[in-house]
Amino acid sequence: MLEIKNVYKTFNPHTINEKKALIDLNLKLNEGDFVTVIGGNGAGKSTMLNMIAGVYPVDSGSIIIDGENVTRLVEHKRAKYIGRVFQDPLNGTCADMQIIENLAIAARRGKKRNLKNGVNKSEKEEYKELLAMLDLGLESRLFSKVGLLSGGQRQAITLLMATLKKPKILLLDEHTAALDPKTAKKVLELTEKVVYDNNLTTIMITHNMKDAIAIGNRLIMMNDGHIIYDVSGKEKKSLTTADLLDKFKIGSGEELDNDRILLAN
Amino acid sequence: MISFINAFPGAIGQGLIWGIMAIGVYITFRVLDLADLTVDGTLATGGATLVTAMTAGLNVYVALLLAFLAGCLAGLVTGFLHTRLSIPAILAGILTQLALYSINLRIMGKANQPLSIYQFDLLVSITSIQKAIIITLITVAVIIGILYWFFGTEIGDSIRATGNNANMARANGIDVNAAKIKGLVLSNGLVALSGGLLAQYQGFSDINMGRGAIVIGLAAVIIGEVIFGNLFKNFALRLTAVAIGGVIYYLVMQFVISLGLNTDDLKLLTAVIVAVFLGIPNLKKHFDENRVKM
Repeated sequence: MLEIKNVYKTFNPHTINEKKALIDLNLKLNEGDFVTVIGGNGAGKSTMLNMIAGVYPVDSGSIIIDGENVTRLVEHKRAKYIGRVFQDPLNGTCADMQIIENLAIAARRGKKRNLKNGVNKSEKEEYKELLAMLDLGLESRLFSKVGLLSGGQRQAITLLMATLKKPKILLLDEHTAALDPKTAKKVLELTEKVVYDNNLTTIMITHNMKDAIAIGNRLIMMNDGHIIYDVSGKEKKSLTTADLLDKFKIGSGEELDNDRILLAN
Repeated sequence: MISFINAFPGAIGQGLIWGIMAIGVYITFRVLDLADLTVDGTLATGGATLVTAMTAGLNVYVALLLAFLAGCLAGLVTGFLHTRLSIPAILAGILTQLALYSINLRIMGKANQPLSIYQFDLLVSITSIQKAIIITLITVAVIIGILYWFFGTEIGDSIRATGNNANMARANGIDVNAAKIKGLVLSNGLVALSGGLLAQYQGFSDINMGRGAIVIGLAAVIIGEVIFGNLFKNFALRLTAVAIGGVIYYLVMQFVISLGLNTDDLKLLTAVIVAVFLGIPNLKKHFDENRVKM
């Protein structure tokens, strides 16, 4: 479903701030894979997602989604294949537009937009049902501006938007990191439900090692622009956080000193 | 004071024409979240195109359409400079505005072209203020109706989303550059249309008729928001508020003139008023935050 081949990305090349974000990155996802990604700050996790989404171009290598080489496709054209939820809850929705308008825009991802109504009458009932599924009481607030909602509600809506039109790949960039623990748990449960119900091929970055182990069928660990550990199936389920710390040491040759990861235990 | 009351209907007529321009400014400034300075040039382009087209024998509706299209073209140029050449929007607008000065002179052939109501069949004229008010009212209503429909379509939604959150727009497959260009084209088309009406109303087009138009447009947008902001939430009503803002701006100006202010000082006054209204919300926020600290 997704293939990343020999991808390199360097930010600010030939300057004092040069940062090799991705170094010969290779990754292949099968349909229905739900991959969690962990690694310290600057490991290249977000860069990897941004490369897949086409936020900025790669230096070399190729990205193939469902057999189509999308390496040279700009972000909004690639959006046809990709659903995204960002870390910042403000990023995924339009605050000044209604919930229903946000959903309708997402429902038209990858379609040509013309002078037809932005929201069809039939969509109202459909969205009401979907919002009811979130169990956040949003189904009665279809015409509220999204800016009036809480971060968790906005993230849940973004998740709904990202999957409204079934994406070939769902990219979740620490989408629960900015939420309080209770809300984060709820959004995470919702994520699992949506992913499994639709059998979505998913990449989820997280800073929480327990989540990384418990959720999905595959786990990858990144460091300095490389994937240093890739595990799936039963072996993944039986991992402990102590194992992950060991793997990190072996893979990177250094102690995992990222406070956020350690605290997340 | 008597002169003010005498000038009252005229101010409404002219204010409504400026209101159309302000609606154009609203599209870039509020919907797209861009400050587009092209409009100072575009307003004169609209006037110049209309007068030249009518002098050449075209009827007023065709001439207005041409004025609208000329404005669209100016918006397209700014959009191109901004999105394809990545020039900041303000600078892109200034460049187009400067270029338009020459182009407007070319269109008119000289700096000022008369358009007499006695020779041409005009829609609005200062000589018949009542008719002018009725026609501009209808025009404003039609424009608001069309925009209300347009910004509810898929394309309209994509323009609003682009102005509101470009990240979200891109992630949902919206070409934000194309959306910005569409908004700039539409905005400048409306401003030029307003210029075409203004040239008829005052009976001439002038190379300087658009000077400060952006500030007057902003004044109308802000006056409309300050007065009706809490009342009018619906998009059509917000546009109505902007048009009324244009009228109020003109009434205030007429009032100030009737008090004996030198007309040479009007632009200074306008700039001060707009600066104050743009600054007040920020100052208020600043004071509120400081109060919490203490």
